[in-house]
Amino acid sequence: MHRRTKKQRLRIRRYLTPFFFLLPALFFIVIFVLFPIVNTIYLSFVQENGSLGLANYQEVISRSEFINYGRPITAGPPYGAFIHNLIWIALHLPLSVFFGLLLAVLLRDVKGGAVIKSIIFLAMIIPMVVGGVMLRFMYNDDAGVVNGFLRLIGLGNMTRSWLAYANTCLLGLIVGTVWIWTGFCMVVYSAGLQGIPVELYEAAKIDGASRWRTFWRITIPQLRSATIVVVTMTLLWVLKVFDLVFIEFGGPGGSASVMAFQMYLDAFYSFNFGTASVWATLLTVMTFGIAAYMVKRMAES
Amino acid sequence: MVKKLTIVTHIIAWAIAAIWIIPFLGVFMASIRPFNEIRNGWWNLHTFTPTLEGFFKAERYLRTISLSRSILNSFIVAVPATFIPILVAALAAYAFARFKFPTRDLLFLVIVLLQTIPQQAVIVPLFNITKNVGLFNTYIGLILVHTAFGLPWIILFLRNFFSTLPVEIEEAARIDGASYWKILYKIVLPMSLPALASVIALQFVWVWNDFFFALILIQAPQMKLSTQVIATMATDRFTLDWNMISAASITVMVVPIIIYAALQRYYVRGLVAGAVKG
Repeated sequence: MHRRTKKQRLRIRRYLTPFFFLLPALFFIVIFVLFPIVNTIYLSFVQENGSLGLANYQEVISRSEFINYGRPITAGPPYGAFIHNLIWIALHLPLSVFFGLLLAVLLRDVKGGAVIKSIIFLAMIIPMVVGGVMLRFMYNDDAGVVNGFLRLIGLGNMTRSWLAYANTCLLGLIVGTVWIWTGFCMVVYSAGLQGIPVELYEAAKIDGASRWRTFWRITIPQLRSATIVVVTMTLLWVLKVFDLVFIEFGGPGGSASVMAFQMYLDAFYSFNFGTASVWATLLTVMTFGIAAYMVKRMAES
Repeated sequence: MVKKLTIVTHIIAWAIAAIWIIPFLGVFMASIRPFNEIRNGWWNLHTFTPTLEGFFKAERYLRTISLSRSILNSFIVAVPATFIPILVAALAAYAFARFKFPTRDLLFLVIVLLQTIPQQAVIVPLFNITKNVGLFNTYIGLILVHTAFGLPWIILFLRNFFSTLPVEIEEAARIDGASYWKILYKIVLPMSLPALASVIALQFVWVWNDFFFALILIQAPQMKLSTQVIATMATDRFTLDWNMISAASITVMVVPIIIYAALQRYYVRGLVAGAVKG
């Protein structure tokens, strides 16, 4: 048996060290994250008789809780959880990005801007279930501030308990997520604004460009990477919305239900892990799609 | 012209701020006034009887668990679920930042992608695993799950921070015979205090605010965490005592708000850096 030289031993140690450092993290991630994901995808293909196939997918996709096929748009929700997710994205994304950008730009030169930012950001800090309770309070028929405001401006005949009706619950909750998430968009855009070189604005001023023109020609293009971040993070977040929907238990007649909530119902009310895994897998695929896009755009820039 | 514009800007900004603060004003007012007084709107001020009764009602509202006990439970979970992942992630982040090894880039990409997955994607297997090994309905089980779920973003964030630190000091320590482990906790971590503050703030608030993992993994009524107690209070009866539920809401939200107030700069920096980088 020959003994390794000191140099060799050092080289082996140098080679193995990173793996020792990685070991605890990999242990946690493999057992509690990676294996469960793979297992969920696998479970989504396990049919009732134990064989592998697409039966669970066929069942979920054919359900009215997925897409309420044949429901006219004018009839109002429930349209099905998948459609609700899409509506949620279609309304929440532009609204929160718009308000976030507007606030970031406005607050740059407003006195007390830092205070306002903290106020706006507060909704991001509190637990989402508490946010859900606050929304229900706001939309309450007698005690709620929304109806109080309507009475104040003479629209007292419109008052109602907004979240208790199928045709307003979803919209009410979407307004709620905009209230919660705008703070995030604002903060990222504020950081983006700070990164724009002052010289650009000075040059624009010398050229006599108007504020409006400066905004569109300098600010917006310079905020490109901030916008990619805001849009992808918003998509990822809003796709996973659960707590608010849970507090309303999917809304009257499932009118505000989303995929994450349907997954919960299937898994822990019906104890049908097969169909629950289908919802989860569909969500995961959508999430990875968005995440992969983000990683690719990040790698480009 | 410019002056007019400034005034308009100020008005719009403060108006939006007012809209955003109204929900908080509402729960606060409702939490300190009797239900009868706020039944028709907390903004009516012709009678104003400040009282802490709502907080006492909230404390005893559920027969199975008091509000204060659920707050304590949240601490029991959130404190270890903040510090364990930081320790584990620091090791991994150091390996990613300072070593070249096969599969590094692939591993890193996997971790970047994993930080985006929904909780629903893992919950059924986690439910089964915890049941099988006796970690269901235990705080340890929930802490382990939060640890694993927080690791990807913390690794990413710390790796990015470690990469910005100068290597020269570490190399000098290396020549003096210090081990990598010693370099990590004697040199790298002390230099990373701002990053660690960001991670502590974000991870603690995240775990404190989490509802979904707790909902599934802690089902014994007397073990519930504070977010679960809020959800139970809000969903168990049709008409809610707004005074009681507002007081409960204030009690539960005050903890993350204090963390945010104390570590605001780090909180926002962590959020933005995490978002911008990955």
